[in-house]
Amino acid sequence: MIVGQIKDGIVLDHIKAGRGMKIYDTLKLGELDCAVALIVNADSEKMGKKDIIKISGLIDIDLHILGFIDPDVTVNIINDGKVVKREKIALPETITDILKCKNPRCITTVEQELQHVFKLCDEGNKVYRCIYCETKAELESVK
Amino acid sequence: MRSIIDIMDLSVEEIDGLLATAEDIIENPKKYADACRGKKLATLFFEPSTRTRLSFEAAMYELGGNVIGFSDASSSSSSKGESVSDTARVISCYADIIAMRHHKEGAPYVASTKASIPVINAGDGGHNHPTQTLADLLTIKREKGRFNNLTIGFCGDLKFGRTVHSLISAMSRYENVKFVMISPDELTIPDYVKQNVLIPNSIEYKEVKSLEEAMPELDILYMTRVQKERFFNEADYIRLKDTYILTPERLQSAKDDLCIMHPLPRVNEISVAVDDDKRACYFKQVLNGKYMRMALILKLLEVEI
Repeated sequence: MIVGQIKDGIVLDHIKAGRGMKIYDTLKLGELDCAVALIVNADSEKMGKKDIIKISGLIDIDLHILGFIDPDVTVNIINDGKVVKREKIALPETITDILKCKNPRCITTVEQELQHVFKLCDEGNKVYRCIYCETKAELESVK
Repeated sequence: MRSIIDIMDLSVEEIDGLLATAEDIIENPKKYADACRGKKLATLFFEPSTRTRLSFEAAMYELGGNVIGFSDASSSSSSKGESVSDTARVISCYADIIAMRHHKEGAPYVASTKASIPVINAGDGGHNHPTQTLADLLTIKREKGRFNNLTIGFCGDLKFGRTVHSLISAMSRYENVKFVMISPDELTIPDYVKQNVLIPNSIEYKEVKSLEEAMPELDILYMTRVQKERFFNEADYIRLKDTYILTPERLQSAKDDLCIMHPLPRVNEISVAVDDDKRACYFKQVLNGKYMRMALILKLLEVEI
């Protein structure tokens, strides 16, 4: 299967197979005006299978959450058909309004206007905790 | 302006200062009788409480201050849908300091981000209860004379027992403190206490089910109530509520200088027959709690004596 190269845009490569749709939804890529390709189960020498997302257009998009969802993702910035920047996303110190606290006793369950904020507590183990009740964020916590 | 939401908001040195103030209040109560004259404490108790609320109120009265507030969420504007943030802003216009208890975890923290006066967490859900910890620390100091080299057994509901979580955090800062966690599988210590406190500080701890087996090595036994209000399923509560009951017979293998603590209220987890044992310290904790709350109010209101 061939998906054409993009001239200017962003390619999210080395996404763990099966996580592509989660990233697509979390980054709300379906709401963009530009063309977006989600490729699942692509062959990979290194990973066996991987997902890839290609976004045609150099849009301003906050990719920090990728550090939590899949820290192995490579972000490639494409300019005039060439990769001008390639980087891994570091874990953000805080994640705001992307994860939802799953603790039914948390104040966020009743105060609707409160931001859902998670703080990085253990970088080595990629552990984020709710700033209100300290409940650990899981991948399923992504809103 | 400072709030106390978590016991770890206070450094060891600050806790030492509060302990010294509390002991001075015990020795010289008259010196403090007018310390908070003209100041108002707002007790915002969205969840029922006898000890903590009355302890805060007694503390403020003994400092010469006044108290306003409510003891039931149904008699506050939260029953009309007012947010904790708005309540905190409004009360800031009436009082000088807030003591808040709330069934939702993190509510006092939210209040502290919006209030223009100090907020004291008087217990938030199954999360934290820092002023109970201050009461516990004064009790340990007065009964054991030290915070180092202690083996502390926590028994009962260690999952929702907010006093347990706060005391573990506080005691983890002292040397050679070991914990024995005694609970049924369903009520073990939460993951975040292990990940945030026990593991990073290399604290020696073990999790066991038998109180009898743990008893001989304990310097302090901290009993807790299985809290009906924390269960969504009453059948689980009924199944677990009588797991541990401390009786004189069960204390036979305990050290002579064991300190038996309980944040109260108790239901039946400590037999009344234990009350006359010289090792029972839980009613002393209640009194110590008032003195420590007095010391904390003075500190947060920046009152110099």
